[in-house]
Amino acid sequence: MSDVIPSPAPPRRGWRQSDSPVKRAFARSRTVQVASAVLLLIVLATLFAPLLAWQNPFDSGALELNDAFLPPWSEGINGAFYALGADDQGRDVASAILYGLRMSVLVGVSAVLLSLCIGIPLGLVAGYAGGWFDTLLMRVADVQLTFPVILVAMLILGIVRGVVPEGVREQVAVLVIILAIALSDWVQYARTVRGAVMVEKQKDYVLAAQLIGRSRTAILGRHILPNLLAPILVIAAISFAHAIVAESTLSYLGVGLPPTQPSLGTLIRIGQSFLFSGEWWILLFPSLVLLALALSVNLVGDWLRDALNPKLQ
Amino acid sequence: MLAYLLRRLGQSALVLLAVSLIAFMVFRHIGDPTISLLGEDATLEERAALNTELGFDKPVPLQYLNYVGKVVQGDLGISYRLKRPVSEVIAERLPATLELALMASLGALVIGVVLGVYTALRSEGWLSRAVMTGSLVGVSLPTFLIGIGLIYLFAVELRWLPSFGRGTTVKVGGWETGLLTASGWSAIILPAITLGFYNMTLIMRLVRAEMLEVLRSDYIRFGRARGLREKDLYFGHALRNTLIPVITIAGLQIGTLIAFSIVTETVFQWPGVGLLFISSIQGVDVPLIAAYLMFIALLYVVINLLVDFLYLAVDPRLRRR
Amino acid sequence: MSSTDPTSPPVLRVRQLGVTFDTYRGPVQVLSDVNFEIAAGEILGVVGESGAGKSMTGAAVIGLIDPPGRISSGTVELAGERIDQLQGEALRRIRGRRIGSIFQDPLTSLNPVYTVGRHLVETIRTHLPLTEAQAKARALELLEEVEIPEPRVRFGQYPHQFSGGMRQRVAIALALCAEPQLIIADEPTTALDVSVQAQIIALLRRVCRERGAAAMLITHDMGVIAETADRVMVMYQGRVLETGPVREVLDRPTEPYTRVLMAAIPSVHERLERLPVPEIGSSAPVEAAKVVPVARATRKTLVEVRDLGKEYDLSLGWLERVVSRQPRKLLQAVDGVGFKIRQGSTFGLVGESGSGKSTVARMVAGLTVPTRGQVLFDGEDRFQTQADLRRRIQMIFQDPYASLNPRWTVERLIAEPLEVLGLSQRPEETAERVAQALRRVRMKPDDARKYPHQFSGGQRQRIAIARALASQPEFIICDEPTSALDVSVQAQVLNLMRDLQQEFGLTYLLISHNLAVIRHMCDDIGVMQRGRLVEAGDAQEVLDAPQHEYTRVLMAAIPDIRHVH
Repeated sequence: MSDVIPSPAPPRRGWRQSDSPVKRAFARSRTVQVASAVLLLIVLATLFAPLLAWQNPFDSGALELNDAFLPPWSEGINGAFYALGADDQGRDVASAILYGLRMSVLVGVSAVLLSLCIGIPLGLVAGYAGGWFDTLLMRVADVQLTFPVILVAMLILGIVRGVVPEGVREQVAVLVIILAIALSDWVQYARTVRGAVMVEKQKDYVLAAQLIGRSRTAILGRHILPNLLAPILVIAAISFAHAIVAESTLSYLGVGLPPTQPSLGTLIRIGQSFLFSGEWWILLFPSLVLLALALSVNLVGDWLRDALNPKLQ
Repeated sequence: MLAYLLRRLGQSALVLLAVSLIAFMVFRHIGDPTISLLGEDATLEERAALNTELGFDKPVPLQYLNYVGKVVQGDLGISYRLKRPVSEVIAERLPATLELALMASLGALVIGVVLGVYTALRSEGWLSRAVMTGSLVGVSLPTFLIGIGLIYLFAVELRWLPSFGRGTTVKVGGWETGLLTASGWSAIILPAITLGFYNMTLIMRLVRAEMLEVLRSDYIRFGRARGLREKDLYFGHALRNTLIPVITIAGLQIGTLIAFSIVTETVFQWPGVGLLFISSIQGVDVPLIAAYLMFIALLYVVINLLVDFLYLAVDPRLRRR
Repeated sequence: MSSTDPTSPPVLRVRQLGVTFDTYRGPVQVLSDVNFEIAAGEILGVVGESGAGKSMTGAAVIGLIDPPGRISSGTVELAGERIDQLQGEALRRIRGRRIGSIFQDPLTSLNPVYTVGRHLVETIRTHLPLTEAQAKARALELLEEVEIPEPRVRFGQYPHQFSGGMRQRVAIALALCAEPQLIIADEPTTALDVSVQAQIIALLRRVCRERGAAAMLITHDMGVIAETADRVMVMYQGRVLETGPVREVLDRPTEPYTRVLMAAIPSVHERLERLPVPEIGSSAPVEAAKVVPVARATRKTLVEVRDLGKEYDLSLGWLERVVSRQPRKLLQAVDGVGFKIRQGSTFGLVGESGSGKSTVARMVAGLTVPTRGQVLFDGEDRFQTQADLRRRIQMIFQDPYASLNPRWTVERLIAEPLEVLGLSQRPEETAERVAQALRRVRMKPDDARKYPHQFSGGQRQRIAIARALASQPEFIICDEPTSALDVSVQAQVLNLMRDLQQEFGLTYLLISHNLAVIRHMCDDIGVMQRGRLVEAGDAQEVLDAPQHEYTRVLMAAIPDIRHVH
């Protein structure tokens, strides 16, 4: 009598009246819609960079030195069009940005994926089994958290620099940076997953599964993990933003991607040296693009965290 | 309580030990110190002699103990690039970094808490919304971009403030300070803002989130039902509960600042420990890298301990009867 | 009874009160046309199940409805003055001063970083012009009045240093600080143990009577109403169904819902064959109840527990022990428990929180390993045997919201034991068995495609029962299966469990803190206190004539509907 009497199927409604809190929040926030559009644009630009950029700026054969320092929206000697100007070597800034954007996003996504692969399994095991593994993991995490992300990344880079001979360094730079950022970031995945697992472990549905004798792997993988998707997604979004900023900072400092395979950070580093001499376009445009990328990722990540927060529903 | 103190001290010692091990591994095994110190064309005999002098021919555990022994006494080795004792070099540059970090963290804490409380209490107002959007931008902007932007605005366009260096400094005892001169103050403003901006937004968002959470709690509702005044509810009950977790995070942030000074010092060419570290990474100056590691670890451990004890003093739930 | 002066207005008068919530789907009417009055010195009980709107009514009176809710119609008058339109400072002056409130969970309603004394003094000085010293004196008086021992010491302590019952006494003291005319108590005893509940109820009644204050007692527990209130108001889905003197409404309810509500409550004094509520899914007229004849169970012992014990090491870390020179602290959560369960019968294990009954259940289920003793199933030690007992023993848990994985469909949930235990060879067979299981618990096979959150608490518990039945077990352990459900839903689920037991010859181990449920369902019982089994035997005998002191205390503490006060 007090049980729910099934009501007829509700009429079709827009996202604003959707039962899913994520869809509702999306429909309500103009800012997030814009940010998502920007992100989509960036993703497309990343995928199609070689098609969109008329010049590969890192192929020195393609450069025209006489076009150096051309201001934005000007034509070069051979009729090439420099939409955003050219730098000291005749590189088209627009093309450089597209390629640089590609590197930044590549590093960011790879670092996040690698962190996930390290952090999540460790967190799962630590949270579920507890005991010495948990204590050990937490101690290691404590030690690692003693150092800020940039520092850990720099340390790893420094070690690699000392170990790997001069010639090979540039070729492995991308891999090393991805590894460095991933190794410094895995801790937050492990911690969050561990905490969430410890909460889920107490719930009766886990007991019910134990009762019929399911193995620990099955319980972790099939029962608990699907319930952790929300917090993992939120952290992934936010840590992607951190990875972007970390990579650009490292490149800016000169210990990241080299000028032969630059990211937006490297371009900014190059551009800063021309700030006082007046060729502002070499610095400004990469900075704006970096800002747009970081901002839209943060906006979406922030919004996602609020939309998926069970306490706010 | 005593047991808790001992336990924390023990954990800290363990962390320091672990870090010292890593530092030692880095110190010993990266690069060849003899070549770095003597140059590429040193003879084999000269290198062998240096090896013995530095103690590199003894068994590894003994070397580690030696290393730790020396570190405790303040001997951190000789910088490969600068050819001077590392401890001297660090001591020289430390005041610059510390002053910068102090200014930045004070500003971040005060402004962050005030803005956080404001945007929590008046969350619907236009000013709050503007601040929140601004904070999002602040979190997204890499520190170096902020620095560059500030330089462009205040140093290149307006020419109000200098874009690099510390200004005129005065030596007080062994401490070289920039806070006693006008040019010192004008030099420290932009770097301090750059360094502290990220932290300020972090603290602000944290305080806001905590306060909003606390304002939703049962005891606030119950307080309202008892007819307590709004100011007693907000600044008595709510604020007290909000600040407790904020203390830990804010405390830990101070350590981050000192570490992040690397970026700010690079942008502004500020002659501190961070700039030193960057050049040592680029030049593979191993003893300096190792020493910086130890330094950071020590700093963090000390701050962590202080924050833990502060927490104990402030939250009654943690005190055992 | 109530002292009514016909010429003075009632302390509280509510007329045609309506409350609306503006949700993303449009406005939802949460309260409609609520009318009632409370005179000075009178206690009005507001009773109903979840969603009835009783807490909402209390919140509306003190103006504590949070947006997006709002009072959309009607008036609230306190001693003749309208208060529903008040805002800001005017409203604040009434709260605490003229209306005192008590909430449900005393742990979260007190600020953990303020001492109890500070709570009291702050509230007193907000409303009364007293100095700090005078306020403290008054606070100590109040603490004494609510029977808190050693008030001076307790004054300086923090909420976490008090037990649940003591905290609620403090909450009552806080409500009384400024001598209010009206006291609103929202589920004041729900979060407390049975034995403590009785004390708090008695305290509430006493302080109201002594002050001649009007009181609004909101609760879902009819027994509490019977013992405490003068009049009662029955609510259902935002409306008032009937109001009247307690004895009349309880003995001669006029509304069909009230009749079903009364019928659904199991009695701790007699055992019925079924609780006379309508079958699930129908609203058929209620049939008269019958007292059950002698038990149908066999003589064979299916489950036996011998000298079962579980020890937990609660000592502080070794460092703390060395420094404070304290020995190891071991907790005997279960200490030497032994009983037998006959095949086809229901064995009840009853006790308050901390008694160890859930731990015993876990050990019998095999989820926890005992530190001593044995659990024998069909003659064999279940922790030593090679036989696979997973098919024969199943379990139903307390929280219907946590016992089903929210990410799995109902079909997958019920099919899991079948697949894991290898009981079904083909997917078609699995689907058929799932459909069968759902039909057995009076649900539709279509429901298999849905997710748990699309169902109510009672339906979820039935899904859990279907899952337990899927492997056709012989023995089911039920850990507080109905404690989280509304009374009427509880009655349906208990009836269902009875029917299933008769149909399939099931044996139940039923864990509960609710003696009435135990009386209704069980053939034999065991009473646990702090890890020990203090009394055991035939249910009727133990409950009619308890031998042990603790059992007697439990029986006496239960608020009884039949009690004339």
